[in-house]
Amino acid sequence: MADQMKIRATLQNDVADVKVLMFHPMETGLRKDPSSGDIIPLHFIKKVFATHNGKTVLDAQWSQAVSKNPFLNFRVRGAKAGDKIAVGWEDNKGEKASIETTLG
Amino acid sequence: MTIEAMKPQPLSITGSRRRTVLGLLAALAAFPLRVLAAEWNKPAFEAHAIPDALKAIGATSIAESDKIELKAPEIAENGAIVPVEITSRIPGTEAVYIIAEKNPQPLVAEFDFAGATDPFISTRIKMGETARVRVIVRAGGKFYATAREVKVTIGGCGG
Amino acid sequence: MRKPASRPRSAELIWRRFRLVVAAILAAATCSAVAAPEDDRTAFIRHYQERFPGVPLDNYVDGALMLSTDAKSQFDSIMEFPPFQSDLDKGRALWETPFANGRTYAGCFADGGRNVAGDYPRFDAASGKVVTFEMALNDCRRRNGEKVFAYGDRATMGVLTAHARSLSDGMRMNIKVEGSDALAKYELGKRFYFTRIGQFNFACSSCHYAHAGQILRTEIISPSTGQATHWPVFRAGDNLNTLHLRIRRCMEQVRAAPFPAGSEELNNLEYFLAYLSNGLPLRASVYRK
Repeated sequence: MADQMKIRATLQNDVADVKVLMFHPMETGLRKDPSSGDIIPLHFIKKVFATHNGKTVLDAQWSQAVSKNPFLNFRVRGAKAGDKIAVGWEDNKGEKASIETTLG
Repeated sequence: MTIEAMKPQPLSITGSRRRTVLGLLAALAAFPLRVLAAEWNKPAFEAHAIPDALKAIGATSIAESDKIELKAPEIAENGAIVPVEITSRIPGTEAVYIIAEKNPQPLVAEFDFAGATDPFISTRIKMGETARVRVIVRAGGKFYATAREVKVTIGGCGG
Repeated sequence: MRKPASRPRSAELIWRRFRLVVAAILAAATCSAVAAPEDDRTAFIRHYQERFPGVPLDNYVDGALMLSTDAKSQFDSIMEFPPFQSDLDKGRALWETPFANGRTYAGCFADGGRNVAGDYPRFDAASGKVVTFEMALNDCRRRNGEKVFAYGDRATMGVLTAHARSLSDGMRMNIKVEGSDALAKYELGKRFYFTRIGQFNFACSSCHYAHAGQILRTEIISPSTGQATHWPVFRAGDNLNTLHLRIRRCMEQVRAAPFPAGSEELNNLEYFLAYLSNGLPLRASVYRK
C-alpha cells in the first residue's frame, strides 16, 4: 500500500542489509487527545515478518513500546542480486501492510 | 502449518476474543501461512512485572553474557525514540528480546531469526524513565542476557 | 619663531583638507555599515570558541549536539532513516505540484530553487523590509495566483519548507547587510536578541550567549552561532517546527506573549541570527529531541 512503509536494502557481497521505516502511530493507549481530553486508544504493530525469496527470515512480536513510525534494520546472508526481500506487519486492529524490494 | 490459534479457548468467547480469532483467521488467509510462525505472546507483553514477562517467554534460567553487544545511548535525547542496536555473538542465536525494565510493561519486543539472518537488530524504542535496557538472547534453548542503563530526562526548555 | 616650510597656497590646502575630511567621513560611514554585523559575527564566534575549544566551527550547526557525542550519535542513527520521512515526501509533493496556471515553485527561483535558502533573509529595498525564504515562497504563490500559506501552519508552509529548504543543503549561509536601511533592520533584530522580555525577564542572550553549553532544565543550551542553519526541525522525530515557531515557543517559555510567525519582529531577528551563521552549511529537516 502506498506510503505505509519504506524499504532500503543494500547488498554487500552476499549480505543484504535491510532498513525499513513503517508509518504507524504506535499509540500506547496512555496519551490524551489535547483537544478532547479523551484517551487515544491503543494502536500498535504487534507482528512483523520478513522474507527472502518468500522464505521467512525474521519473525518479530512487538509491544506498543516500539517507537512511533518504527524503524527496523536486519541483515540476511546468502543474498544475491535479483533476490526479493519483503517485510510486512499486522497491528492490533488487524490492519496490515507489506512492502517488497529487489536486491540490486 | 503452525497455527497456535488452535490453543484451547475459554468456553465463552468474548467479543474481542472472537474478533481476534476471526481477525487472525482473516490475516492467515491474506498472508502466506508459513510466515505466521507464532501468535503474539500476550502474557509476556502484558506482564507488568519483569519476572512474569521472563516466565512467559520461557526464560527461567538466564546467564549473564559478555557476548551480546548492546548499543544504546547513555542519556536518551528523547525517551520516545531511543535507538537500540543488538548484535549477538553467541553461537546458535535463535531470538533476541528487548526489555525496558521500568516501562509499565517491560517486554518491548521479540525478534526470532530464521534462515541465514544475522543475529543483529537495530530499532528504536520508547522508555518511560531512566532504566536498564536488558537484552535477552535465546540460543540452543538457553537464555543469556546483558544490560545497560539508559538515562531518560524530561525535557525542560526542550518542551 | 618657527619658520614654516614651503607650503601650497592656502586655498589649495583648505580644499585638500576638505577632501580628506569628506573621504574620512565617507570611509567611516561605509565601514560602519558593513563592519558592525561582521564585528558581531566574529565576536560571537570568539566568545563561543573560548568556551568550547577544539569544536570545529562547522559543527555549530548541530547546536547542543556538538557538545555531546552520545547525543550526536543518536541524531546520526535517527537521521539514517528519519521517522518524519512521510512529511518530507508531502513537502516534495507540494513543491513539485504545479500551480493552477501550470507554473511551479522551481520557476520562481534561480537554479530551480537549489542553493538559494542561504541567501535569505535578504533586505528588499523596494519594500524596505526583510524578506525571509518563507516570504519568497509565498511571493511565488501570490504571483502565480495562489493563496498564500500561513507562516505558522505546519501542514502547509512547514511541510513545504521541509523539502524546499533541503534543496539548499550544504550551501553556506550568505546573508548580506548592505546599506543603512538594511543595517537598521539588522540592528532591530540584534536589539531584540539582547532585550529582556517576559515574566522571567530573559533575553535570548541571557541563555544562548551568556550560558551556551551549560545545562538548563536538563537541556544543553545551544550557541546562537549555527542556530539559523538547520530548519525546520522535527522534534521527537515527528513534531515539525520552523525557526519562527521555535522562537515563539522560546518566547512563551520566558512567559512573553510571542510575536506571530512571519511578523516583522521575527523576520528582523532571523536576519540577525542568520547573519551570525554566515559561512556555516545549511541542512534542513533534521531531528531534534
